[in-house]
Amino acid sequence: MSRRFKWLMPITVVALVLGACTTTTTGDGKTVTVIGTWTDAEEAAFLAMVKPWEDETGNTVKYQGTRSINDILAAGVPTGVLPDLAGLPGPGQMAEYAAAGALKPLDDVLDVSTYTSETSPGLVSLGQVDGKTYGVFIKAAVKGLIWYNPQAHDYSTSPPATWDEVASMGAANMGDAESLWCLGIESGDASGWPATDWVENILLRQAGPDVYNDWWAGNIPWTDPAIKTAFETYMEVVDHSYGGGTNAVATKFDLAGDPMFASPPGCEFFQQASFITGLGAFADKTAGTDYNAFAFPAFNEQYAGAVEGAGDLFGMFHDTDAAKSLMKYLVTADAQDIWVQAGGALSANKNADSYPDDISRTMGGMIANATSFVFDASDQMPSAMNAAFWSHMVSLTAGQETVDEALAALQEVADDAYAE
Amino acid sequence: MADKLITAAIVVVVVPAVLIVYIWATEQVLRFLPEGRKPRVRPWLWLGPALAFLAVFLIYPMVGTFVRSFQNHPGTEFVGLDNYAWFIGSSDALSALKNNILWLVFLTLGVVGLGLLVAVLVDRVRYETIAKSVIFVPLAISMVAAGVIWLYMYQYKPPGAIQTGTLNAAIGVFGLGPVPWLQVQEFSVNTFMLIVVMTWMWTGFAMVIISAALKGINPELMEAARVDGATEFQVFRGIIFPLLVPTLVVVSTTMIITALKAFDIVFTMTSGNLETNVIANLMYAEMFKFSQYGRASAIAVVLLLAIIPIMVFNIGRFRQQEAVR
Repeated sequence: MSRRFKWLMPITVVALVLGACTTTTTGDGKTVTVIGTWTDAEEAAFLAMVKPWEDETGNTVKYQGTRSINDILAAGVPTGVLPDLAGLPGPGQMAEYAAAGALKPLDDVLDVSTYTSETSPGLVSLGQVDGKTYGVFIKAAVKGLIWYNPQAHDYSTSPPATWDEVASMGAANMGDAESLWCLGIESGDASGWPATDWVENILLRQAGPDVYNDWWAGNIPWTDPAIKTAFETYMEVVDHSYGGGTNAVATKFDLAGDPMFASPPGCEFFQQASFITGLGAFADKTAGTDYNAFAFPAFNEQYAGAVEGAGDLFGMFHDTDAAKSLMKYLVTADAQDIWVQAGGALSANKNADSYPDDISRTMGGMIANATSFVFDASDQMPSAMNAAFWSHMVSLTAGQETVDEALAALQEVADDAYAE
Repeated sequence: MADKLITAAIVVVVVPAVLIVYIWATEQVLRFLPEGRKPRVRPWLWLGPALAFLAVFLIYPMVGTFVRSFQNHPGTEFVGLDNYAWFIGSSDALSALKNNILWLVFLTLGVVGLGLLVAVLVDRVRYETIAKSVIFVPLAISMVAAGVIWLYMYQYKPPGAIQTGTLNAAIGVFGLGPVPWLQVQEFSVNTFMLIVVMTWMWTGFAMVIISAALKGINPELMEAARVDGATEFQVFRGIIFPLLVPTLVVVSTTMIITALKAFDIVFTMTSGNLETNVIANLMYAEMFKFSQYGRASAIAVVLLLAIIPIMVFNIGRFRQQEAVR
């Protein structure tokens, strides 16, 4: 979702860098400049979250929300024009900025033992480079949730635990639904990313987190049988989707779940991340009564409990006292509770659980209890690889390519993209 | 807020002041020159600032791009023709090049052909102004907006659902479709659908220019032909068309350059997926998404080299016309 407006980047980069990166002093308190991806409701939630800190310290937070964080930081690291604190696009970029010396280590800023005890181990390790903590998660999202309409059939008491059960229970309870899955992968110049989420979630549970991590790091070729099986499983989903692949390519990802609520329903299940509840038809529905979700089913018992997620990594570029104090505050349960209460976010801190509904609480539990937590694979690939992955998922879904053709073409891109 | 007001004040007051001082200063300098040389020196002094801006913002970046196109990814060393070799060896780049050729041929033919047709036809009706205005309006729409409008025109819904896309709703009346217009790669149908959008936008431009040239043709020539018994088609072929050729050439070269620069429509409507990519989009992706400045520069140079002959031809043509006058 954060990629939808990426094309505005060239215009906003200059404006934002000029607007947000000057540290000024107002009154007695200091100002901390922050850049994040959050806008609108999310921006309001973040500002509410830092309000108690502002009141207590007398400092102020100068926040700038933008979708082009990646480009701003990429331009800022060599020139040094950077905000005090910033959301980081992903662990890969975090490691780059840390290696460049732009990011400041947080081990002396945070109370590390409290932080590690309160945070899911998966999240802690994603924020570390060579044993030092450079990034912390302020909030998180779970990817690969299967959403359904409980008014058609309620799966909350006995959700399908395996992929085969999804097929069998889905077929048994289909009612007058037209198809098993709803699918939509259109998203402007990021079209295809919902399909990459599909492949990632399948691969994680078929082949496990080690293969998954080796794959995005470029250590396993795309033509590997494990990857091919995951792609083929995705193509089964396309074949059983509402309107087929053609409709999936023509449908915006945020509206793709809407046929689930129609009468007769277009589909029974819809796979999307936890943030979908704020989008499309979900936004006007009530959690629990109108929609509900279960975890992505297991393919292989061995890897049950693995979770793919995304999250907002946060790092520090200038170690002023005010910035350190804000960083310390942001990881506390008290701070994260404020955002969690506002809804739409899952906390990274296990002790922050003031969720507005049971679904959010369950999803928060998935993060806290995940046996292994992996970060969105495509987001961690080199950008040329990521773009090619998106684009070939579009061709594949539209039926213009076979799985073998797509994988061969992707491997060709990988040979080039991982070379540098 | 205060910073912005100060910036605005500087722009409004200081910039004109600097320009006035510059003009005054040049006149002071000119005083020291002998009277005979003044007319030769003055234009250069007046052009000075504009030339300086051109040098800094156009020529310097152009040279920089050229140099960068021979450098590696981080820009630390020269790699010879590697970036150009990548361009020729990449199937994505070749597919984009093929699409650009389709754009070049069919956008130019479509715009010039339709523009000529409309210009000749509306010349004979009473409501000419209204008809021309209607056809001209799309040119005033931004390309991104046009792309979004046509996304709705081409919208696809699965068979059985209500077709909200204009085109699919229209063919649905005859029991046809729905067709996913922007997904059909066979015969590059999706690329042609994008070219249609651009044609819709630029026909008005061609029409206005051709129409103006048409009004410039001496009506006595046509009258004489008609008196001699020529049919309307013969009048068009024998008189109107030959006299319009210089104008058609100018419009065509303009459209060729527009086609080579095509970006916005492709970006907003398909983002280059499903084999609809064009060179400009490829350059954008290499530059801003993948930070491959060397490759992006190589693409820019290729695009520049492709446009230069057309520019030279255009300027030559323009000079000839000036010479006739």
